[in-house]
Amino acid sequence: MSTSHVLLGLLAAGPSHGYDLKRRHDERFPQARPLAYGQVYSTLQRMVRDGLAEVEGSESDGGPERTTYRRTEEGARTLHRWLAEVAPPAPFVANEIFTKVVVALLSGADRAGGAGRQGGDDAPAPDPAAYLHAQRAAHMARMRELTAVKTAPGADLSTVLSADYALSHLDADLRWMADAAQRLDALAQEVQAP
Amino acid sequence: MSASPTASAAPLLAARGLHLSHGATPALRGASLTVSAGETVAVTGPSGSGKSSLLHCMSGILRPDSGEVRLDGERLDTLPEERRSALRRTEFGIVFQFGQLVPELTALDNTALPLLLGGARRKEAQETAGAWLERFGVRGQAGLRPGEMSGGQAQRVALARALVTGPRAVFADEPTGALDSLAAEQVMTALVHAVRESGTALLLVTHDARTAAFAEREVTVLDGTVHDPSGRSGPPAAASATGGAAARRTGEDA
Ligand SMILES: Nc1ncnc2c1ncn2[C@@H]1O[C@H](COP(=O)(O)OP(=O)(O)O)[C@@H](O)[C@H]1O
Ligand SMILES: [Mg+2]
Repeated sequence: MSTSHVLLGLLAAGPSHGYDLKRRHDERFPQARPLAYGQVYSTLQRMVRDGLAEVEGSESDGGPERTTYRRTEEGARTLHRWLAEVAPPAPFVANEIFTKVVVALLSGADRAGGAGRQGGDDAPAPDPAAYLHAQRAAHMARMRELTAVKTAPGADLSTVLSADYALSHLDADLRWMADAAQRLDALAQEVQAP
Repeated sequence: MSASPTASAAPLLAARGLHLSHGATPALRGASLTVSAGETVAVTGPSGSGKSSLLHCMSGILRPDSGEVRLDGERLDTLPEERRSALRRTEFGIVFQFGQLVPELTALDNTALPLLLGGARRKEAQETAGAWLERFGVRGQAGLRPGEMSGGQAQRVALARALVTGPRAVFADEPTGALDSLAAEQVMTALVHAVRESGTALLLVTHDARTAAFAEREVTVLDGTVHDPSGRSGPPAAASATGGAAARRTGEDA
């Protein structure tokens, strides 16, 4: 997970400038550390360098001049690849899963609206439900491995307990994902509200 | 997949397009599930999604309103009740969350019961039953009645009874639902080791991911249809068309 993925998701709604992106990020992810403006700026520069975003133009409503950025097709493809990518089912991945679900919904908003068609429309639409399904399967596969390890005849207690620790956390992720999946429609409405 | 002891190419159990209503309440809406010999399959899904109804139809306890259930390629659902009940006794073992032991009988007699009903002699039935109680670590409770045992012990006795006839498939509906996590783990470990050793298939209904992780494969029931990521059970009949809505509900009970 990186800042550029989140910015690509925010840019899905249309071109935007650095300060606006920072403000929307901090609003959308209140539990995360607020983005430093310097970090937004350097990430945008890097994204332009890598062809993920490009400069749309500059505006100044009386105040200082601001550069607006837009997402490129390559940027949209990169984002959609990341959104579909299952996280390694280590414990404590819920935060990345949550970010992915919200960014997928943000990124799907412009498609749902049909307006503001821009780069990357040939990429498949992000599908947070399908992503959660795939993530659940990856978590279950890891839980099966851990269960086999700890129930193998002769497994020592420290193996059992360390497997149990990982199993408990994966189980917590799964419960959270099941709840999130049941509430996707409501979350979409909240995230996509103008 | 696992080698079947039978020459038949048909899967051990195959349910196709099951529909079932309890009165006006639809419970299954085109549920399909295929289970191979010796395979362990977890069935997860939210409460009320139809997991128990599916298990009851596949084990021949209930008859679906439509669709079919096959055992070794032969129709099971169309057999008259007394034939299905005989098949349940010889080919299947069935375990519920609680309450399936006869309260007046000792653990040993409870475990021997399916053999006695099948016409076995009392002495041999008790010997076999004793060996299964031993496997599940409850030989010491052989003389106790269900009310005199802990929940975990009673569940081990129920499992011993489910396996005593050497069934081809065990159906377990939330077998650890009433147990704490350590007791649940011991019961599941004993169950999975026993079915693996005897090549018995296991259909395990559970809302708990840690319990489901004991099985080789997981399918999810949503709104009366089965979603099988392995693709082995065929497409979920009605719900696949609605895409999002059904797929949207991933997991199990919260
Ligand atoms: N005996 C019954 N009478 C009426 N409705 C029932 C009965 N058994 C189940 N149902 C209903 O059928 C649906 C599926 O139930 P069930 O198969 O028990 O689901 P699960 O095991 O997944 O919780 C639910 O809506 C439930 O309320
Ligand atoms: Mg049930």
